[in-house]
Order: sequence, then structure tokens, then C-alpha cells
Amino acid sequence: MALGMGCTARPGKSRDTRTGSWRVFRPEFIADKCTKCGMCAIICPEGCIGENEEGLPVPDYDYCKGCGLCAEECPSEAIEMKKEEK
Amino acid sequence: MLEITEGSHAVAKAVGQCRPQVIAAYPITPQTHIVETLADMVADCTIDAEYITVESEFSALSACLGASAAGSRVYSATTSQGLALMFEVCFNCAGMRMPVVMSIANRALGAPLSIWNDHQDSISLRDSGWMQLYAEDNQEATDLHYLAYRVSEDHRILLPSFVCFDGFILSHTYEPVDMLTQEQADSYVPVFKPYHRLDAADPISFGLFASPDYYMEFRYAIDQAMNRARTVLPEAGRVFSEMFGRDYSGLVEAYRLDDADCAIVAMGSICGTVKDAIDEMRDAGKKVGLLKIRAFRPFPVKEVQKALSGVSTVAVLDKNISLGSKGAVALEIRDALYGSQIPVHDYIIALGGRDVRRKDIAAVVASAEAGSGDIYYGLREEVLK
Amino acid sequence: MKEDEAACVLFDAGHRACGGCAAAMAARLILDAAGKDTIVVSSTGCMEVFSTPYPETAWKVPWIHSLFENNSAVASGVVESLKKQGRKEKVIAIGGDGATFDIGILCLSGAFERGHDFTYICYDNEAYMNTGIQRSGATPYDASTTTSPAGKCSFGNRRPKKDLPAILAAHGAPYVATASIAYPPDLKKKVEKAVNTPGPCYIQVHAPCCTGWGFEGEKTIAIGKLAIETGLWVNYEMEEGKITKVKKVVRKPVEEYLKEQKRFRHLFKPKRNDAEIAKIQAIADRNAEKFGIEIKLKK
Ligand SMILES: Cc1ncc(C[n+]2csc(CCOP(=O)(O)OP(=O)(O)O)c2C)c(N)n1
Ligand code: SF4
Ligand code: SF4
Ligand code: SF4
Ligand SMILES: [Mg+2]
Repeated sequence: MALGMGCTARPGKSRDTRTGSWRVFRPEFIADKCTKCGMCAIICPEGCIGENEEGLPVPDYDYCKGCGLCAEECPSEAIEMKKEEK
Repeated sequence: MLEITEGSHAVAKAVGQCRPQVIAAYPITPQTHIVETLADMVADCTIDAEYITVESEFSALSACLGASAAGSRVYSATTSQGLALMFEVCFNCAGMRMPVVMSIANRALGAPLSIWNDHQDSISLRDSGWMQLYAEDNQEATDLHYLAYRVSEDHRILLPSFVCFDGFILSHTYEPVDMLTQEQADSYVPVFKPYHRLDAADPISFGLFASPDYYMEFRYAIDQAMNRARTVLPEAGRVFSEMFGRDYSGLVEAYRLDDADCAIVAMGSICGTVKDAIDEMRDAGKKVGLLKIRAFRPFPVKEVQKALSGVSTVAVLDKNISLGSKGAVALEIRDALYGSQIPVHDYIIALGGRDVRRKDIAAVVASAEAGSGDIYYGLREEVLK
Repeated sequence: MKEDEAACVLFDAGHRACGGCAAAMAARLILDAAGKDTIVVSSTGCMEVFSTPYPETAWKVPWIHSLFENNSAVASGVVESLKKQGRKEKVIAIGGDGATFDIGILCLSGAFERGHDFTYICYDNEAYMNTGIQRSGATPYDASTTTSPAGKCSFGNRRPKKDLPAILAAHGAPYVATASIAYPPDLKKKVEKAVNTPGPCYIQVHAPCCTGWGFEGEKTIAIGKLAIETGLWVNYEMEEGKITKVKKVVRKPVEEYLKEQKRFRHLFKPKRNDAEIAKIQAIADRNAEKFGIEIKLKK
């Protein structure tokens, strides 16, 4: 890889760092309780919550740091933090 | 066209002919006439540039950095305290490979406060990654700006440049200067083509931080660009001389050096006095010559070795002092001549605007030939008592 | 495109912020609101460091970092350069509170006085976090930091927060606002408004920092809300120097906010310090009066 002139870079490589490995607790999304309000996706500092075909939130565990913010703020208590099994 | 003009005005006019798109500068003596002249040119629409009246030199160079990254040709000018205030940004411009061109109307650095000339300001930025060109007279000061834009912006180089010319001695002196026409300037300085730029169509991140895995390679890359400048600068000088007849193809320039026993090495306007002194000494039968350093960065090691290979004594005139060591030019010359038997004597001279006359140059030569040297020349012993 | 990428259109995952970092949230929300035709000029600090370890960058818009204290000056150059080229991208300078309130205020003041068309956003985590939680001019009264530590003869930071929004409004900025990551839609609306207002605009975003303030990352938003509910942080907008909008709250006592954070722990342990807590309550009371934030509940 050639050096980026003057220490420059194009986007793309940020995802090489899989911050999911930092996780101690894992958010588990309970479909039955979710009202699809979208709050979790808006606030996740990693921007790693997307949605599936049914419009339900889906976290990308490659990047989710397990901070618990989504679970704390979900108005429907539809996210539970579970100890990560290693 | 030959014009009798003040150095600062000639420089400002040349800069205007290079069509900078963004100018950001802050006034400081003796640079002020340059930026005032450019402000007039912008006010009268003789040049089509944005002029940012920043609140400090630190912001002047920071704004140039931003404007350059966004894809514009930029210009600034400063000296002394202003350059010192830019210190951090200077390293940044070079490290980020922004081809900024900046005039330095050389002036001493405080304390004590002094508005008069020496080279301490630009020399103190020696290690910042800027090319440094020094002018002997106003013609050269003017022409070196065209050259600097051409070389700095060359994609093989992408390094910023100082064009250094002595404060007051040149900046405020009227001399005849042969100005290029706008068409000539346009034919020599190509339209600015940024290597890359801040652009929503191709979003690049500039100025990332480098871990120990990368930092050294980035510094090495800057040094490699400096190495390439050792050939690109003379190349640009040759083209200039082919087009306009004035020769800047050398990183150094020799004057009556061919058969000289003693070589004086100097930079900037003092070279004019030295040449006159040499003519007198030659008339008196002394074999003395001058090696003028035009490019201090990159430092022309090979050219210096070649030019000084036949002399038996070297006297370096340093208008700067690396306190606790020697003058910066002498250190370079000694390094270049390492392994030879040629003695290099250093003379710290003309600090803070002290006048130098032909007889002083003759005294320096006599001292060097007597094997003394490594002194401050011309100290007033009576005030030291 | 993977499903999750939708949520980080312009600020990518893989950055190294602490879990629950408000500054990371702010970066995402700001770009969401500003859109892709935006050039960002960052200062040295947490956000810059966690988002751009070479060769990785989380920024999918053009982005530049030069130094700690010069982002407003660099932005000035970018703005004028774009103008000269007839380009239309918006320019946003982003800086931490240290970069903004302290070391960069010369460049900031110059840029606002000159009136460049850009938006300056300060993410305010109330200390120099990147260098290890030292106090800044934005650190609140009594907060313990590594350079304003609580001790036998110290209650923490001795000075109240500098009123930077007022300083910038006094420069004639057409739009000045405060916001909080605790209220994302409000923050986004303010960013949209700022980038679409000609001239220099300023937004100061409260960005609670779990690492520096001493709380769990999951509480970032809860802490941000408490700051507003106690009146220690006020969300407002100023247009042409006049306050035009204020978020009103049913006020809670300040200690509900203070006791959740290690940086104020010395006010409660080993012994409760009523006198100091009262001084902080007085700051909140003054805010409430100045901005008229109080919603009085009918008994
Ligand atoms: C001129 C200079 N002084 C000091 C530093 C060291 N430094 C880097 S970031 C920083 C603090 C940043 O604080 P702030 O702007 O609040 O951002 P934060 O890290 O809190 O997000 C300091 C002191 C520096 N990089 N440059
Ligand atoms: S915040 Fe809760 S209810 Fe709302 S979308 Fe996320 S999981 Fe569903
Ligand atoms: S735990 Fe944190 S990082 Fe993971 S999805 Fe929830 S908010 Fe995002
Ligand atoms: S120290 Fe604070 S601001 Fe910095 S990355 Fe961590 S949470 Fe974010
Ligand atoms: Mg901070």
C-alpha cells in the first residue's frame, strides 16, 4: 500500500477495526417488545444498528461495543444486556 | 520591462502575476509593504484573489493550509516574530504536503527586540520541511517567487517554500528590476493543479495521526521530496534562464572561485558587498572567491563539495547563530567537506542589522587565512566590558 | 451494503471512541444533519484521535485536521478557497471545549469577526479528555479533574464555566445555539439551521464523557438529560444576539445530577458538603432565572 500523500486516507478502512471484540455485555433485541421507534439506531455511538426487512433493529456485532446505551434508552425495554459468552 | 522599484513592490507584483487565489497575511515590519501592495491589488481588482485579513500570523498560515487543501494556490508573507508564531503550522504545512509559498523579509528574532536584518528567523525553521531560497538582490528576490511556485506545486515535490530576502536592505530599497509580463509569468508558472483536495465528490481525510508503524515513513517521504528538489529546482532554474535569460539553475553560485585560495560562503544580500570586496582584493592580487548559497533547504551538498574542492581555506559568513553551537551555514559546510582537509572558519556577522562593509570582508579573509575564526566578527568590545 | 451501514452513512463504525461516547454520537448526528456536501475541519482531541488512526478514517465526508488550536483559521481558508472556486460545499469546524474555549479562541474570535460563512460546533465534554481529563475553561464549578483535583484544601475546579455562546453572539454571529446529545432531533435541527444560515454560526453541544466524568457508558444520555433538568445546562437559541428559544423543564435539585458522577463525588463523600452543593444550586438557579426555563407544576 502506497502512503497517502501527507498522511491522507480515503474512507473504507475504518471497518478494519472490529470494535465488537471490546464487548463484555451484548445487547439482545426482543422482537415482541419492539415498537420500531428507531431510538436505538439514532443514538448508538457506533451507528451499528440497522434494520431487517420487517423494520426491526439489528445490531452489527462486529462493531457493537456493548455500551448498553440502546438498552438504557429503549422506551419499550426491548433490549436486554447479557454477559458475553467468550 | 525594467522598472525602478522598491523590493517589496517588485515581490508583490511578481506574486500577483503568479495568480494566488487566496492570500492570508498579517502585517509586520519589514514585510508590510508586500501585503499592503497586494491588498491594493485586490482592492483594485488587478488580481483576482481572496485576501483574508487574519488576526495573527498563526492564523495566516493556518488559513493558507486550509485554502491549499481545498484546492487553491495560496500566498503569505512574514518575518521574525511572525514566523516564530507560525512555527507549529510550518511543520504542519510541510508534513501535510501543502505547496504554500511564503516570502520572508528576513529580520532578527527577539529578545532583544530588533526590526533589523539577519537570518535567524528562517534559519530557525531549518528543520520544518520548507524549501528555503535566499535572494542576493531584488531581481533575484522577485524571480525566485515564480520559481518557488513552479517547484513547490510540482507533484514530484509538494513542499512549501520560503523565499527569503533581507529585510530593509532589500525589501525597502529601490533598485531596477526587470519584471516579467503577465503572459511571461503565465507561461512559466502553470495553472495550479492540486495533487488532491477537500472535495465532496471524492471525500479524502487530511491530517490523520500516525502510529510508530507509520510516522517514520512519512518523515522519510518528505526528505525524499527534498532530495528530488535538488534536481527539480535547477531544472526550473534552467527553464527560467532559457525563457527570460536570468540564470537560477544553480543551487549555489560561484563568483571568481575558479582559482581562489580562499572561499567566502554567504547567503543573501551580503553577497553583493562580498563581491565588491573580492574585486578589490583581486585587484590587490589576493585569490579570493565567493560561493553564494541560494538554496539552504534542500542543502546542496554535492554542489558545495564540487565548488570548494580546489580552495585551501573557507570563511563562512553566518547571519545567524545556533546558540551553544555555531552558525547554521558553517555547520552545513563542514558537514559537506567532511573528510577533506579544508579548514572551515565560521564568522557570526551582521546580527540584528549591524552594517558590514568591504573592509570587514577583507578582515574576515585575513583572519581565515591566519587560521583563526569561529568568532563573532565585529563585536564592540567596549560595551562588553 | 450490510444492513447496519445504513445507520452510519457518513461517519463509519470501527472508530476507537470509548463505548457510549457522546462525542462519537455527536459526529454521527452532525453529519446526518449536514449531509454529504460538507467539509469538516477538526481540532486535535478525542474525536480526531478516535476517528483517524492512519490509514483508517471514519469520515466519509471530506475532512481535515491540522492542529489543536487552529480549526477556525483552517476553516476560514477552506471557506475562501471554495468561494474563489465557485464551489458550494458547507464548511463545519468541530472542536472540543479545550480547542474552542481555551487554546483556539484567538482563531475562533478572528474567524467570527471576519464573518466567514461556516458553522463552528464545539462538542463540550467539559475538560481536556484526550490528554487525561485536565480542566478547561468549560469545566464546571467544583468538578474534580486531574489538574483541578479535589483535595484537603480543594473542592475541585474553582471557576464556573466560561459563557462562550455569549462571547460569540457579541461578535455579531447571526445564529448561536446550545444543544445536547441527549436530544438528538433538536441537535440535528440546530445543525441544519446553522449550516443554512449565512455567516459564522456557533453550536455548543453538551457531550457527557463517561470516562472523564465517571459514570457508566450506558448513562450518557441520562446524564445529559439530568444536566438540562437541573438547569446546569440550558438548551437555547440566539438569533442576531437575542435569545429566541429556550428548552423549559420541571427543575430537579442539582444533586441528582452531581451524585451520579465521580467528578463530584467529593461533594458527597466522605462527608456531604452542603455549602458547596448550595453554590452549585445557585448557579442552576441563576440559569433558570436568566433563561426562564422553569415550568411550574400546578399543585
Ligand atoms: C499546542 C498543543 N498543546 C497541547 C496539546 C495536547 N493536547 C492534545 S488534545 C488536548 C486536549 C483536547 O481537549 P478538548 O479540545 O476539550 O477535546 P477532548 O479531547 O476533550 O475531546 C491537548 C491538551 C496539543 N496537541 N497541542
Ligand atoms: S429503541 Fe427499543 S423499541 Fe425502539 S426500535 Fe430500538 S429496540 Fe425497538
Ligand atoms: S450496546 Fe452500544 S454499541 Fe452496541 S448496539 Fe447498543 S448502543 Fe450500539
Ligand atoms: S474519553 Fe470521553 S470523549 Fe474521549 S472517547 Fe472516551 S468517552 Fe469519548
Ligand atoms: Mg474536552
